[in-house]
Amino acid sequence: MNFLKITKRDDLPPKKATAIRILSILLSLVFAGLVIAALGYNPITVFASMVKGALGSKIRLQQTVLKAIPLVITSLGILMAFKMKFWNIGGEGQIMMGALAATYVALKMPDLSRPVLLLIMAVAAMVAGGIWAFIPAYFKGKMGTNETIFTLMLNYIAIKFVTYLQYGPWRDPSSQGFPKIPSFSTNAILPSIGGVHIGWIIALLLVALVHIFINHTKKGYEITVVGESVETARYAGMNITSIIITAMFLSGGLCGLTGMIQASAIEKTLTSSLSANYGFTAITTTWLSRLNSIAILFVCCAFAVLLQGGAYIQISMQIPASVADMIQAILLFFVLGSEFFLQYKVNFHTHAKKEAN
Amino acid sequence: MEAVKAIEMKQISKDFGSVQANQNVNLTVYNGEVHALLGENGAGKSTLMSMLSGIYTPDSGSIFINGKEVDFSSPKDSIDLGIGMIHQHFKLIDVMTAKENILLGNSNEKGLFINNKELTKKIKAISDQYGLDLKPDKKVYEMSVGEKQTLEIIKVLYRGAKILIMDEPTAVLTPQEIQRLFAIIRNMKEQGCAIVIITHKLNEVMEISDRITVLRRGESIQTVETKGVEVPALIEMMVGKKVDLALNKTPATYAKKVLDVDNLWVSTKDNKHALENITFSLHSGEILGVAGVAGSGQKEICEVIAGLIPAEKGRIFFENENILGKTPRDIIRMGIRMGFIPEDRLGMGLVGSMDIVHNIILKDYHSQPGIFLHRGKSAEIAKKIVKQLDIQTPSIHYPIKKLSGGNIQKVLLGREIDSFPKVLITAYPARGLDIGASYKIYDLLNEQKEKGVGVLFVGEDLDVLMDLCDRIMVFCGGKMTGIVNPDEMTKEDIGLLMAGGTAEGGSNS
Repeated sequence: MNFLKITKRDDLPPKKATAIRILSILLSLVFAGLVIAALGYNPITVFASMVKGALGSKIRLQQTVLKAIPLVITSLGILMAFKMKFWNIGGEGQIMMGALAATYVALKMPDLSRPVLLLIMAVAAMVAGGIWAFIPAYFKGKMGTNETIFTLMLNYIAIKFVTYLQYGPWRDPSSQGFPKIPSFSTNAILPSIGGVHIGWIIALLLVALVHIFINHTKKGYEITVVGESVETARYAGMNITSIIITAMFLSGGLCGLTGMIQASAIEKTLTSSLSANYGFTAITTTWLSRLNSIAILFVCCAFAVLLQGGAYIQISMQIPASVADMIQAILLFFVLGSEFFLQYKVNFHTHAKKEAN
Repeated sequence: MEAVKAIEMKQISKDFGSVQANQNVNLTVYNGEVHALLGENGAGKSTLMSMLSGIYTPDSGSIFINGKEVDFSSPKDSIDLGIGMIHQHFKLIDVMTAKENILLGNSNEKGLFINNKELTKKIKAISDQYGLDLKPDKKVYEMSVGEKQTLEIIKVLYRGAKILIMDEPTAVLTPQEIQRLFAIIRNMKEQGCAIVIITHKLNEVMEISDRITVLRRGESIQTVETKGVEVPALIEMMVGKKVDLALNKTPATYAKKVLDVDNLWVSTKDNKHALENITFSLHSGEILGVAGVAGSGQKEICEVIAGLIPAEKGRIFFENENILGKTPRDIIRMGIRMGFIPEDRLGMGLVGSMDIVHNIILKDYHSQPGIFLHRGKSAEIAKKIVKQLDIQTPSIHYPIKKLSGGNIQKVLLGREIDSFPKVLITAYPARGLDIGASYKIYDLLNEQKEKGVGVLFVGEDLDVLMDLCDRIMVFCGGKMTGIVNPDEMTKEDIGLLMAGGTAEGGSNS
């Protein structure tokens, strides 16, 4: 009956915890290798080309960075909400609404000078993303609605709304019937530094800013307290509704900024597929970073390598896209699964009495 | 003794990770015996009983029931052998009748339909046999606490239990209800049942039990005959050393009123009254106790003073200013400090995952200038509190949830005291603490009183309330049934007030 004995760990030395994490990644590679081998490919070659595809040349490295930027910024946004135990699953929608607002500005005022236009686009995107997150926060604060469902549903509204614009009112008349929103003027496109648009500088700055905000400001402290215990926050005289709304506005604002960056620097217009699942992937990366903004930077870069490497093996080795997805899923499964072993100890139970009866 | 051994637990050990909950524990209980399991919080009483009821499996050791070795793999095995556990928190479904609750989870019931008549007959038979009083068709939400407990007892007896384990059965009862429960227990004992009572209330142990087994830090220290033992000796067994339990009560000065509560009403969400027409004054330099069975409005009176819940009507004057309607933050600024300890100690007042510094900063971070959090001053206060109150912690940067209950409590009280409050509200400040730590907390409160602080003390142990408080305010169902001087009253008198006073009769049928 009781072969396994599972006990909670009280204090795991940090060294051992790191060892367990590394072991989980190694195991996932072994397991993914087995799957790849079963599909008739050489796992070593596949892994090698994934790394090569992500980091092997300057262009590939740039591609990887391009994937890391939206992931980092969105993760920071998600962190803001998760720190408060507000489960913001609405990153996708907030990215979309940010992109939508930025696009509106870009298309309405294409001739403004570049810095001014980009600044207005960024502000508009953050406000729009913030509002998209504010709505569920407001209802949670006032009526206690469930934010998980609420934010999730808002994703679809945002995406479908953009689709509607793309096929309807905002369709580019010069695109010969192709459902596409007009491209931005050059002034609405983010400049590049080092071959990659300046989003990477923004991302690095934001990592530092969010770190300071959460750990060294009163507001950040309030958010953490609310996340740990609403009752204690109430007892300390904090205005919980206002804290939730502020944090969610910031959370959505950061996601909205991702939308602006993607629209401006990557798509150069608005499309209904612009969010590219970053809003969901960021949930994973934020969680893996254990709600630490510095860790987010590294986790997101590792994820970008995985995404870019996965895309590369599809092209170079004709490996189906689903294999790359599978490798990703296996890795996630093992890394997230290792959390269990970090918190619990599993012993095989030897019940001496069993035979005696 | 010629009686049959109902329970024999030999060399039981059980660990949870690094915590050794039970180590080589021995316990023998005879049929027709009331056996008290005595020990401080964390001594391993609940773990031991959980193994007896099949919730946990021991790591090593053996259990014999009626002389036969058993190996439980689930609570069902234990129930089948006639072991019934009555939990401290009742496991009943409010919207169902007593009868329906008895049927719930009863796997012995055969067939698809319920034979109502036979069931009623059976319940009646059990009630008569043990002298219990229960209306089978009464809904649980209409029952008093005492009735619910009776129902719990019948529930396990109906399943054929001959061995009853009661986990802190008196915690929610008034002294009168406790007497009624004891009568039932004596009845069951005469019928040959074996009864184990888990408790830490020594007076009750002396009154009801035949033998006592004392646990300390997971080990069984000694089993003694109740007749041949005195309370101080029991405490020494529980704590492991002699403890001076004298509380040094200086007379209250009643210098001036610091808090004046006038005709206060508070309603709950479902439009019932949590507090009805409460009027009292708190003076500087006194400890005003609040007594009552659990859920009589203690939580509400604390929270309404702290500004956490709104009042329906009434006034609360703090130094001649009505504070009703002010925000908690304003009230904190005025010097009213509350150390509110709900059942879940870290639920309100502290943040468990944070260290002492960040818990100290909680109350005054807001008055710091600028947007940044300045930890310097709080770190100093943290160091001071750790030293003054002798808090056992590896450092001030150590998550407080990893500290022991007594030390956590000291962090909370230390923070509140450090702000030089004029009013200090404490609810169950010693709950879950061991005896030594509890008395340290009481000493701290006495110290505050001598400094001229008005202390409102919500307590649950009447003996402590009577020793500590200058006056005791008794609550029953949200109403105040009296403010008494503990020196002029007996425990039984207060018990009557807790049950609503003689005018309204007992709360139990």
